[in-house]
Amino acid sequence: MADRLAMSPTATLAVGVRAPTADIYAPQWRNVIFVAPFLFFFTTLLLFPLLWGMWLSFHKADTFSSGNFVGLGNYARLYHDKVFLQSIWNTFYFVLLTVPTLALIGLFLALCLNRRTRTAAVLRTLFFSSSVLSVTIVTLIWRIVFIPNVGLLSTIYGWFGATAPAFISDPSLAMVGIAIATIWWCIGLPMMLFLSALQQIPQDIYEAAALDNANRWQTLRSITLPSIKRTFILVIIIQIVLQFQLFGQAWLMTRGGPNNLTKPIVLYIYDTAFRRWDLGLGAAASEILFILILVAAMAQYLVTRSRGDQA
Amino acid sequence: MSATAASIKGRAFGDHLLLALVILLSIVMIAPVLWVIGLSLKDNTELMADPNSVFHAPYTLKNYINTVGTSSVFIWVRNSIIVSGGLTLGTLILSSLAGYGFARLNFPGRDVLFVIVLFGLAVPEQAVLVARHQIFSMLKFHNTYQGLILPGLSAPFGVFLMTQYFKAIPKELDEAAMLDNASRLRIFWKVLLPLTLPAQATLGIFTFLGAWNDYFWPLISATKKDMFTLTVGMASTQTNFAQSEGIGFLMAQAVFAGAPILIVYLFFQKYIVTAVSGAAVR
Repeated sequence: MADRLAMSPTATLAVGVRAPTADIYAPQWRNVIFVAPFLFFFTTLLLFPLLWGMWLSFHKADTFSSGNFVGLGNYARLYHDKVFLQSIWNTFYFVLLTVPTLALIGLFLALCLNRRTRTAAVLRTLFFSSSVLSVTIVTLIWRIVFIPNVGLLSTIYGWFGATAPAFISDPSLAMVGIAIATIWWCIGLPMMLFLSALQQIPQDIYEAAALDNANRWQTLRSITLPSIKRTFILVIIIQIVLQFQLFGQAWLMTRGGPNNLTKPIVLYIYDTAFRRWDLGLGAAASEILFILILVAAMAQYLVTRSRGDQA
Repeated sequence: MSATAASIKGRAFGDHLLLALVILLSIVMIAPVLWVIGLSLKDNTELMADPNSVFHAPYTLKNYINTVGTSSVFIWVRNSIIVSGGLTLGTLILSSLAGYGFARLNFPGRDVLFVIVLFGLAVPEQAVLVARHQIFSMLKFHNTYQGLILPGLSAPFGVFLMTQYFKAIPKELDEAAMLDNASRLRIFWKVLLPLTLPAQATLGIFTFLGAWNDYFWPLISATKKDMFTLTVGMASTQTNFAQSEGIGFLMAQAVFAGAPILIVYLFFQKYIVTAVSGAAVR
């Protein structure tokens, strides 16, 4: 059947049947049927909650009632809430710890593993493998690394008669511990994005460089890196959006402590809305997060749009 | 001559240095996992006395037997399979239909609608969670399978992916079928859908993996122990970490939960990598 269909267009079009073809693409209401099922869920479970969330953020609300209109009251409370301001700072600090490291290690791995050997393939598989695990397993693994006494870290330090840094309980190190676990978890994606960018660099440029006796460092600096500049920016933005939404690692490793020092914005939202049931305040906090992420998403859109459609 | 020799020698040295760094990083990747597997095979009292006992016998499967004996784990696995499977099936159906609609058919307001759907890609889950939770409370959907499955059906990524895929299929194919008097539905089902199988596989695996690993929504929607998904259930047993249940038992649970997904990854690696990078770049 497929063969017959593949054969016929040239035959029929040659006779000059353009009119019905044009007709096929005229707007028709009944065609909506194909997109309607998705649009139903999209509208009721995404668009509507988005708008309702905005509306909630102007109200004092709990689980079942939408309560009283308080205007910008919730936003004012956030502005004066030390814990919320701390959580914004924590989130930025976490992004600062993870994003540049992820981008640089990812780039390094991609540069090293961009070859057609079996070892490189195995290592690529290895470095991406942690990405498929759930946050529950990742935090379980890293808590057992960091935990005193039976932890991997304290065991290794023990061999040298030293005491391991307390990555979870020490206030100045707790966020670093979360960042290390996150980098371990997320390193696969930046590496893969860089790898696919590297493979798009035309091979003949390298051949020309080799003819000019360019050494490896020169080739890297004047050919490879400029060619993947856009991917680098893209990786940074993608990771900012991703790491901005830190929740599971912080909740499961430290519960946001000590002293709220590892409490990110999403954990603040979770605490406020789903543990203290102050839905209005939680909604207001999520609007702030939404705006911050939207700015980053806009930046990504502009980067992917500029200079061709490569992405 | 000697300059070339030196440069080759330098190159070899650089290679070794890079190799050493990559090996170091891969040890950092593997060591924690090996540690977890090691601990899962040890008796708890022995571990507490000396963690270095991991490196020598006796090893025991007791922790795994206990894990399997805890019936909750099987309930959570079953819940995760139902939720991830349901969401994957639903996403594939909705996205294929909508992708075909947006790519091939015309209807009033199509382009505006598509732009709105694209905008949906930029909406983070957290921006809708509070309202969604309230709506589901009113519908009494919490602690039900539909409560866990339905929110994922509103995600626009699949529609975006399928629309692009349908657009890449030559239009002559359906025009020909049109002239053979096939209906829209028939063309979609018999002619185009079989051609989208690679995209279906990518989207399917991506959706399944995302649902399987999802933590936030199941955490706030499934509050009853027998409606937990595997991620939430595992997290709930971690609370009294070192003291109560025993480290070895927790580690056995982690291996039990993590191993299947890693094995699936080894088999479908190509699709998973494509899907995850594709979703990131959009």
